[in-house]
Amino acid sequence: MDRIGASVLTISPGRPFRASLTTFGALVWSGFRRYATYRQATIAGSFTNIVFGFLRCYVLLAVAAGAVGNRPAGYDVEQLATYVWVGQGLLAVTGMWGWAELADRIRTGDIASDLLRPVPPVVSYLAADLGRALHGVLTRFLGPVLVGLLFFPLVTPQRWQTVPLFVLSVLLAVVGCFGCRFLINATAYWLQDARGPQMLWTLGSGVLAGLYFPLRLLPEWLTVTLWVATPLPGLLQTPLDVLVERDPPALQAGLVALQAIWAVLLIWLATVVQRRAERKLVVQGG
Amino acid sequence: MIQMRELRKDFTVRVKAGRLRREKRTVSAVDGIDLTIEPGEMVGYIGPNGAGKSTTLKMLTGVLSPSSGEVSVFGLTPVPQRTRLALRIGVVFGQRSQLWWDLPLGESFRLLRHIYRVPAAEHEARLRRCRGLLDLDAFLDTPVRQLSLGQRMRGELTAALLHGPRVLFLDEPTIGLDVVSKQAVRSFLAELGASGDVTLVLTTHDLADIERLCDRLVVIDHGRVVHDGTIEALHARYGSRRSLVVELDEPLPPGFTLPGASVTGVEADGHRVTFALDGSSSGAAVAALVAVASVRDLSVVEPDIEDVVARLYQAG
Ligand SMILES: Nc1ncnc2c1ncn2[C@@H]1O[C@H](COP(=O)(O)OP(=O)(O)OP(=O)(O)O)[C@@H](O)[C@H]1O
Ligand SMILES: [Mg+2]
Repeated sequence: MDRIGASVLTISPGRPFRASLTTFGALVWSGFRRYATYRQATIAGSFTNIVFGFLRCYVLLAVAAGAVGNRPAGYDVEQLATYVWVGQGLLAVTGMWGWAELADRIRTGDIASDLLRPVPPVVSYLAADLGRALHGVLTRFLGPVLVGLLFFPLVTPQRWQTVPLFVLSVLLAVVGCFGCRFLINATAYWLQDARGPQMLWTLGSGVLAGLYFPLRLLPEWLTVTLWVATPLPGLLQTPLDVLVERDPPALQAGLVALQAIWAVLLIWLATVVQRRAERKLVVQGG
Repeated sequence: MIQMRELRKDFTVRVKAGRLRREKRTVSAVDGIDLTIEPGEMVGYIGPNGAGKSTTLKMLTGVLSPSSGEVSVFGLTPVPQRTRLALRIGVVFGQRSQLWWDLPLGESFRLLRHIYRVPAAEHEARLRRCRGLLDLDAFLDTPVRQLSLGQRMRGELTAALLHGPRVLFLDEPTIGLDVVSKQAVRSFLAELGASGDVTLVLTTHDLADIERLCDRLVVIDHGRVVHDGTIEALHARYGSRRSLVVELDEPLPPGFTLPGASVTGVEADGHRVTFALDGSSSGAAVAALVAVASVRDLSVVEPDIEDVVARLYQAG
């Protein structure tokens, strides 16, 4: 029988990239599995999203009925309904709210376990979050979209590139949203408790990502500023605008590119913040 | 293998001073530790509560930066080279879990294989062995959050070993375990240590762990080393001796002396006498005793490590 400690560790040196990919894939899968255990929470969450979907949809349609030419901010009725219902589905995919895992682990000192692994925390949390998002697509996304289809007229995309661009845009929204949430949670490294920043995030993100109303309703100068200067419209409004074909193809591609820039920037920022934090980190608890 | 030079960690804490004022105060959790640990050593790292054991282990594993001094493990500096070090060490912090709360234990192990990039065959072999020695099979499919403390600890130990680390840092791995689980963990670690190529640093409040496993004992108090050596050296230093307890039919005659031993206690009207043995073999003392008295029963008692350690802690 071989001894446990006896064999030297082998780290498949020939194919570091493939090995990294396998590790990343395993971490994504673990994120998926972790959410798959909570079926009741998934059902309850879907139900809530559907109820709020009806509320939002009726309100927006009422606004549309009163607007000039029935097109508030350039959306027709079908586009608005799609905006609402797909948005309700996406909410759980990007996981905008309610993620405090990192902050909790910093506060209790459990972050030590993450640091004891040979994978940088930003990478392992990102992978797990992609797994969570995948679980969200398969469970939480479909419910609201189906209900929307059943009760309202929804848009069918006309251009061939819309669906692939939408998929890419959703992926970038997930990554960008993760970056934002990681940074909010990481304030716990300095504050011990991230509840203040979390609250601010919950209040701000809903409005500025275009959840409560499409940001196009705002004056143009403000919309443009929000889009360029903050990552928030990229977390919800951009994928939805892409899907309902609100803009000409070139502008849509530009908006997705902007999302990509923000996603890269946010992940880079998260890495920098994490590295800073590790230098001064005090792991709590004996 | 492991080196610490003048290692220190100061924490700044704010304490209340008056109604609104808060004062900064510095706590030296680790206060200048010098230690060298060679490959294959099994070191018991003990000390009273708050002595700085966990703080030292955090610095050794790279999750806490030292305030000053040097530390190296495998020639690596733990904090800046943490990810490289993580591949080569195994760590258990008894009070916290390194497993995934929502995943079944077996799945956590599979995930660890990918994180540490262990070849499948190696992983299987190590896991099979741990399953046998630590009796994991009954709860491999149970989510970690549903495991009892003892089951989880056995899982934690396995998780720390699956990548075949050469250095193990265990902070209270037997905390909260029942007698059987403790024995399972101890004999598992003993077997690991017997191979001679695993270096172990073990923190515990159960001194039986140390007696069973460690040939070297490092005692710290207030962040400083107060003893470093074998358990025997500790006994010698505190003059703790083995004792001989005899039950007699008749009390010993007054003025009786036993060569190489001295009387430390007389009970039951002289029917039970305790001698402390001064290094001489118990055989000689027993022979001398039965020559003059009728002995009903006798036992040789090893010095109690708890007593010695308690004396050491109280001296600090
Ligand atoms: N994060 C922290 N902030 C402030 N002081 C701390 C912190 N962590 C530890 N200390 C202090 O450092 C000292 C050493 O703590 P440490 O956890 O290393 O003790 P220990 O030897 O592991 O004790 P125990 O046997 O109780 O586990 C204690 O006085 C403790 O109060
Ligand atoms: Mg401790």
